[in-house]
Amino acid sequence: MVEYADKRIPIMRPYIDVDNQEYWDAVKQHKLVIQHCKKCDKYFQPPRPMCPYCHSQDTLEWKESSGKGYIYAYIMFTADKMAYPAFKLPYAVVLVELEEGVRITANTHEMKPEEIEPGVPVEIMFEDLHDGQTLYRFKKRGA
Amino acid sequence: MAKKSIKDKTNRAKSGAKSRKTGHSMAKNSIKNKTAIVGIGVVNFSKNIGRSEWYTASQCIKLAADDAGVNIYDIDGMVKNIDDGPDPSYVQKGLGIDNLTYHSESHWGTSAMMNAVQAIASGAANYCVYYQPAHRASGPEKSISDYRVARETRDDSLDLIRYDFFSPFGLIGQTGYVGMTYQRYMYEFGVKPEQIGWIPVVESESAARNPNAIFFDKPITIKDYLNSRMVVNPMREYDVAPKVDGAIAIIITTTERARDLKHKPVIISSCAFGMAPEGQFHTSYTRDSITELPEMKNMARELFRIAGVSPKDIKAAMLDDTFIPYVPMQLEALGFCGRGEGAAFCEGGDRIRPGGELPINTDGGSFGQGKLDMTRIVEAVRQIRGTSTNQIDNADMILVASGAGGPADGLILRG
Repeated sequence: MVEYADKRIPIMRPYIDVDNQEYWDAVKQHKLVIQHCKKCDKYFQPPRPMCPYCHSQDTLEWKESSGKGYIYAYIMFTADKMAYPAFKLPYAVVLVELEEGVRITANTHEMKPEEIEPGVPVEIMFEDLHDGQTLYRFKKRGA
Repeated sequence: MAKKSIKDKTNRAKSGAKSRKTGHSMAKNSIKNKTAIVGIGVVNFSKNIGRSEWYTASQCIKLAADDAGVNIYDIDGMVKNIDDGPDPSYVQKGLGIDNLTYHSESHWGTSAMMNAVQAIASGAANYCVYYQPAHRASGPEKSISDYRVARETRDDSLDLIRYDFFSPFGLIGQTGYVGMTYQRYMYEFGVKPEQIGWIPVVESESAARNPNAIFFDKPITIKDYLNSRMVVNPMREYDVAPKVDGAIAIIITTTERARDLKHKPVIISSCAFGMAPEGQFHTSYTRDSITELPEMKNMARELFRIAGVSPKDIKAAMLDDTFIPYVPMQLEALGFCGRGEGAAFCEGGDRIRPGGELPINTDGGSFGQGKLDMTRIVEAVRQIRGTSTNQIDNADMILVASGAGGPADGLILRG
């Protein structure tokens, strides 16, 4: 479970630009959306300006994700110098493979370090933080 | 044996990460054996060099010109990595060179080599210098607050664009990015730190015999590696090359001109780049397999094709060991062993030591000397000249690879 050690230290914010604006707008609404090409039925993450399969810039849309997937890989921040100081140590970052096939990274919610393993089924949840931004985390789910 | 991927539980077929057919045929290339490295200049490494990068750039170029027997005023081409040291206009002024008919700055690894090779092979320049002054140990540390400032001021220089999806979750820094890939690599292939730890052990042995490698007076043991501090689990302190101050220059000219210069020419048999779908520097997390270094694989295919040789012809390899877990992945991507076999290849160290089946980083690598990518080229040149501090027998064909985890580049050098 991620906890913030010192609330005076700002949590880094995403750099929002025209290519990823809708992704972060949706997060604010507690939704996870993934960029999708209607014509090719392919998902992309991170977002991009053109479908790399059909080279169309008009067939891109944002589709809501089920938010369900499996842990694909993880790392654990355990040492002061390498970690971001706003976080209480240790904290994990998981790479989750979503049902749509793309992978995203996030922190975990109420998962002990020993419960974090590749293949563990997880689902997304959202949290409105003390600094006004909304972020997502992954928690355990039944397979 | 590889564990079953969880991929089949999800619908990867719909993902943009699925590899595409590119359709284009392989590039033609006529650079084979046309150019040669004729001079090397290395300013002694230290933890605080106490000079400007302009000073050490001038110094290493002078050393390289002297080594080659080339007059500084005959240098008419300059290439460098964009992040390292002053640009060619400063350096040209400092050296008093009248004109440069070719100059360019490149991005990753040792990719400026391609610019130098192309400039010489095409006749855009006669003597091209590739210089890399980098004072990373004493230079200003990019602190976490700098990252925030960079973000707020839209300063792209810290590679933050597209890292949005990581930094809000406290995933910061390259060691963490690489750690994710390493964790998956261990999971898929049962790789153990007890296996890959032999890479820094062997490199520290070579470093202990190389006076320019300042980090290890005596070799570390596998126990020292395993006891080294965990920085971002699963990455240990000894999985990451230390920062150093140093400066390197090399001089490239045509093979024909090289024959009239001081040293036996070190011929550039092949020079190649590689990229691959869904790439992102150290964070290509969306591609089908995140443990394969496909950029390196694509680079290697082109590299061996141009040179007309195969991995078994290579006498030693200077690999990108900025992050140790990338070394076994490179051995696989470059075709020196099979997929998932890289760690077993390094275990015990006998195959990768000088005198082994495939000696690697015989100067101690970035791990033993500190990270300055051009050390790999310098050591390959020294092996071919027969002047390495860890000289191997019959060193007539050496491979150099850079840019692990991102756009890859490589060289095959021969005597």
